[in-house]
Amino acid sequence: MNPRITLAVAGRILRQIRHDPRTLGIITVVPMVVITLLYYLFDKREPLVSKLALDMLVIFPIIIMFLLTAIAMVRERISGTLERLMTTPVAKSDILFGYGLAFGLLATMQGLILSAFCYWVLDTQIAGPPGLVILAAIVGSLLGVAFGLLASAVSTSEFQAVQFFPAMIIPQEILSGLFGPREQMAGWLKTISDYLPITYAVQAMEELFTNEEPTSLYWKSIGIAAACVVGLLLLASATLKRRTP
Amino acid sequence: MTDTPAVVVERLTVQRGHNRVLEDFSCEMPRGRVTGLLGPSGSGKTTLMRAIVGVQRVRSGSVRVLGEPAGSASLRRRVAYMTQAASVYSDITVAENVRFFARLVGASPRRADEVIEQVGLGGARGQLAGSVSGGQLSRVSLACALVGDPEVLVLDEPTVGQDPLLRDELWDDFRARAKAGTTVLVSSHVMDEAGRCDDLLLIREGSLLAHDTPAGVLAATGAGDLDAAFLQLVRASGPRQARSAS
Repeated sequence: MNPRITLAVAGRILRQIRHDPRTLGIITVVPMVVITLLYYLFDKREPLVSKLALDMLVIFPIIIMFLLTAIAMVRERISGTLERLMTTPVAKSDILFGYGLAFGLLATMQGLILSAFCYWVLDTQIAGPPGLVILAAIVGSLLGVAFGLLASAVSTSEFQAVQFFPAMIIPQEILSGLFGPREQMAGWLKTISDYLPITYAVQAMEELFTNEEPTSLYWKSIGIAAACVVGLLLLASATLKRRTP
Repeated sequence: MTDTPAVVVERLTVQRGHNRVLEDFSCEMPRGRVTGLLGPSGSGKTTLMRAIVGVQRVRSGSVRVLGEPAGSASLRRRVAYMTQAASVYSDITVAENVRFFARLVGASPRRADEVIEQVGLGGARGQLAGSVSGGQLSRVSLACALVGDPEVLVLDEPTVGQDPLLRDELWDDFRARAKAGTTVLVSSHVMDEAGRCDDLLLIREGSLLAHDTPAGVLAATGAGDLDAAFLQLVRASGPRQARSAS
C-alpha cells in the first residue's frame, strides 16, 4: 500500500462523483425530504420524530454508500479497469482504502448537511452532540462500503449488485433494533442480531438519543462496528484477484 | 542483462473452461523491437498478452518478463497493458483518466498532458471519456498505457477504428519507442500493419505457426504479400480441430 496511490484512487472516485451532480443532489436532498415527510407524517410528535430522524441519520449513509460502492465496483470489474489496475503498481489495499476514503468523505459531507438540517431546521430533540452523530454515520457508511464491495464480488452485472441490497442490508436493518428494542425480540432473533454488524452502527447512534455525553456503550458499539469494517474489507480483498481465468 | 530477451514464454498452457486456449506455447521477444502478434480471432492473442502482463491464470509453463516472473510487483511499473476494449473511466474526462494512470506509475501531470497531445486528443482533453468517439476512446486507453513510458508495452489492437493518418502516426510512435529501447508487442488482425513490425508471431488455435521477420515470412512461404503468406501458413497447418481438455 502506498499513500500516493491510495489518494489517487480516492481522488478518481470523487472526480467520478463530481461529474455526476444528480447523484450528489440525491444523496443530500433525498434524506432531508424523507426526514421531513416523517416529521409531518407523525405530526411533529416528540420524542418519536426525533428518534426517527436520528435513525435516518445512520440508515441513509449505509444504504447510499452500499449502492454507490457496489455499482462502482461492479463497473470496474466489467469494464476491465480493475484488470488494468492489477497490471499497475496499485495494491489491493490501495483500491479498498481508496474506496473507503472517498465514500467516507462523501458520508461526512452528507452527515454534516443532514445533522445541520435536523438540529437547526427541524430542531429535533437529540441529546448527543452532532460530532458524535456524524462519527456514527461515517462508521455506518463504511459498513455500507464494505458490504457493497462484497456484493460486487458475487455480482456479474449492476442488476445483480442492486439485488444484494434487499439480501444483505434489509435483514440487518430489520434486526438492528430500529423497529423496537432488541431486548424485546425473540431470543433467537436477538442472538442473530448480535452477529450482524449494522446492529452496532444503529446501537451507537441510538445511544446519542438521550445521552448528552457519549456512553461506554456508544464507544463499544463504534469499536465493534469499526472492527467489522476492517474484517469485511479483508474479506473483500480476498475477492480482488490479480489473476483471473 | 540487457542481452536477455524482454519476454520469454516457455511451454505455456492456458485452459479456459474446457478450451485449451494456448497449448505448450513457447516464444521469445527481444528487447527494443516491435513484435506483431497476428492470428485469427479466438487464436489466443489476448490470452498470451494477459499472461505476459500477469493477469492470466495459467495451467502450466512459465512466462518471464525482463528476467522476472510475469506479474511480479517490480514489473508493474515497467510493463504497461492496453486491453482490447478501452478500459478507462467513462465518467471522468480524458485528461483526468490519463492523469490518474500517470499518478499510479509516478509520472507527472505534465507528462500526462504531453501524451494526450501525442495521441491526438489535445482537443478532447476536457470531454468526458464516455462522450468521445470510439476511435478517440481507444486512444485514451492507449495514452493511459504510454504515460508511464514503460520498458515493455503490450497493446491489444491499439489501432482498431483509427483513421489511416492517425494509425500512421501511432505506428511512428511505436517505432520511435522501440528505437529508444522499449519492447513493443502489438496484436492486430490487419495484415498491412504487419509490415511495420520488426518481428511477427503468427498464432492459430493456441499454437505458434511462425516467428520471423516480415521478410523472413515472405521468403519462407514464397508468397507475394504477408496476407497471402499468412493464409498459406494457416492452410499448411492443417484443418481446424476442436481441441478439448480431455
